[in-house]
Amino acid sequence: MTASALLQFLLTGITVGSAYALVALGFTLIYNATGIINFAQGEFVVLGGLLFFTFAEVLHWPLAVALAAAVIIVALIAVIVERLAIRPLMDHPVLSRIIITIGLSVILRGSAKLIWGVDAHSVRPFSGDASLMIGGAALQVQYLWVMGLTALAVIAVRLFFDKTITGKAMQACAINAEAARLVGISVPRMVQASFALSAGISALAGAVIAPVTFASYDAGIVLGVKGFCGAIIGGLGNGLGAVLGGVLVGVLENLGVGLAPTGFAGLQDAFAFLILLLVLFLRPQGLLSRQRTEGV
Amino acid sequence: MSLLLTLSGVNTFYDRLHVLKGASLHVNEGEIVALLGANGAGKTTTLRTVCGLLRPASGQVSFAGQSIVGRSPEALVRLGITQVPEGRQIFGPLSVQDNLLLGAYGRGRRAQRTEVPGDLARVFELFPVLAERRHERGGSLSGGQQQMLAMGRALMARPRLLLLDEPCLGLAPLVARQIMETIVALRAQGTTILLVEQNARAALRIADRGYVMETGKVVLEGTSEELVRNKDVRRAYLGKDYDEV
Ligand SMILES: Nc1ncnc2c1ncn2[C@@H]1O[C@H](COP(=O)(O)OP(=O)(O)OP(=O)(O)O)[C@@H](O)[C@H]1O
Ligand SMILES: [Mg+2]
Repeated sequence: MTASALLQFLLTGITVGSAYALVALGFTLIYNATGIINFAQGEFVVLGGLLFFTFAEVLHWPLAVALAAAVIIVALIAVIVERLAIRPLMDHPVLSRIIITIGLSVILRGSAKLIWGVDAHSVRPFSGDASLMIGGAALQVQYLWVMGLTALAVIAVRLFFDKTITGKAMQACAINAEAARLVGISVPRMVQASFALSAGISALAGAVIAPVTFASYDAGIVLGVKGFCGAIIGGLGNGLGAVLGGVLVGVLENLGVGLAPTGFAGLQDAFAFLILLLVLFLRPQGLLSRQRTEGV
Repeated sequence: MSLLLTLSGVNTFYDRLHVLKGASLHVNEGEIVALLGANGAGKTTTLRTVCGLLRPASGQVSFAGQSIVGRSPEALVRLGITQVPEGRQIFGPLSVQDNLLLGAYGRGRRAQRTEVPGDLARVFELFPVLAERRHERGGSLSGGQQQMLAMGRALMARPRLLLLDEPCLGLAPLVARQIMETIVALRAQGTTILLVEQNARAALRIADRGYVMETGKVVLEGTSEELVRNKDVRRAYLGKDYDEV
């Protein structure tokens, strides 16, 4: 493979990996607040992409408005879902709540199919089809949007946890829920906030990646799994690890496709698992050691 | 003196395990009241029932004249009851200062800006070592310093009633004495205190009154002098060497 082809796979990998990173971060936020692995995480991504499609392509809203609306609506959906399906099971074992999220993913996927149909919807890039040429590789401008907005979202989440009292209260809940209650923090409200935040950034991932990959009702499973792999690779519960893990999955699966003999390229989706197995084998606690308490 | 806290005939269960069996006690505004008893007597359970972490199956708990049964701990913190829990329970990964700021979490946005900075300064004055180490992780402090942090965090809520669960457990004698002195100073500033202690001697030295619990019931009550003189208390909780003091 030529250097420019390698660079091409790398750029694509970082871009797709950015979306995985946001999904992984979404997993981490809910896991830290509740101990739940949310199997409906991928559905939040898909809803973000599909809503963005409707607002931007069907209703022709300005891009920024469409993006914000998609993110906010998905965050609200997550709040409702948490209130109706997760909170009533608060006193039940964490496993039952995890299983509930599998049910939720089926319902959300079914609803998306009813509303948007089975077709994949294409979404225009944010600022035209232009590409930059870098070292013989084409860098679509949309890739820059994906990377830039991902970086912004990660920084914003980090600042939220480090600088705001609400962010610190959310960490306190994850560290010691009982002590958090004793200083006057409402744990249910913090759980709700983490669902909103988690779903919001996942929706953002779905919206920014939609022009690169299409938006379709059934993409959630694969996106969810890749994001989950990223979160595990980074050390489950570690926000920064999740982001790095997500990017790593994106990069390695694209390089893997590029380096694999022709005929094996269809195995792209299997690469994520291969990477996951490798990491779990070499470093079971994840790349960054487990620090359940940190937001990012 | 006015009544601040009253428990009457309180029964509390852990699932089916009946732990508090009709416990009754009261605390007057401005008092230090000691709650004594052997391991497993139900002292911690009593405090957890008062602060809302446990809900009594029956009986009355009232604070400043109103029933508080069924209120959440969050709500009770706003009402003026704060607990320094057994084992300190500080937020280890967060900084000392963040631990303290979170103590004031329930006090609303206005107070965060107007009153909290001053309260933080007062806690630092009370425990200078916390000021020195304000940017370090709470978990990196020594046991005594963590106890100070837990108390400072509780004070940031401006409690009317402070519940202290074995604040001196595992501390060196000198540090334990310092904690006890702080409790006396807090009372002098107007905070009412319910103090759970295994070390009856130290507790009765600073308390106005005390209760002795056994298997979920209050079996003895009196002023500190009465309890110190009481034969059963001396035998069970003060040890023989007390006679020689
Ligand atoms: N979470 C719990 N679940 C079940 N039983 C409990 C729980 N906590 C305490 N108990 C039981 O309740 C009884 C009273 O416990 P509690 O912690 O109130 O005692 P204590 O007086 O604080 O003792 P110690 O001096 O050891 O702290 C004990 O028999 C204990 O085993
Ligand atoms: Mg106890």
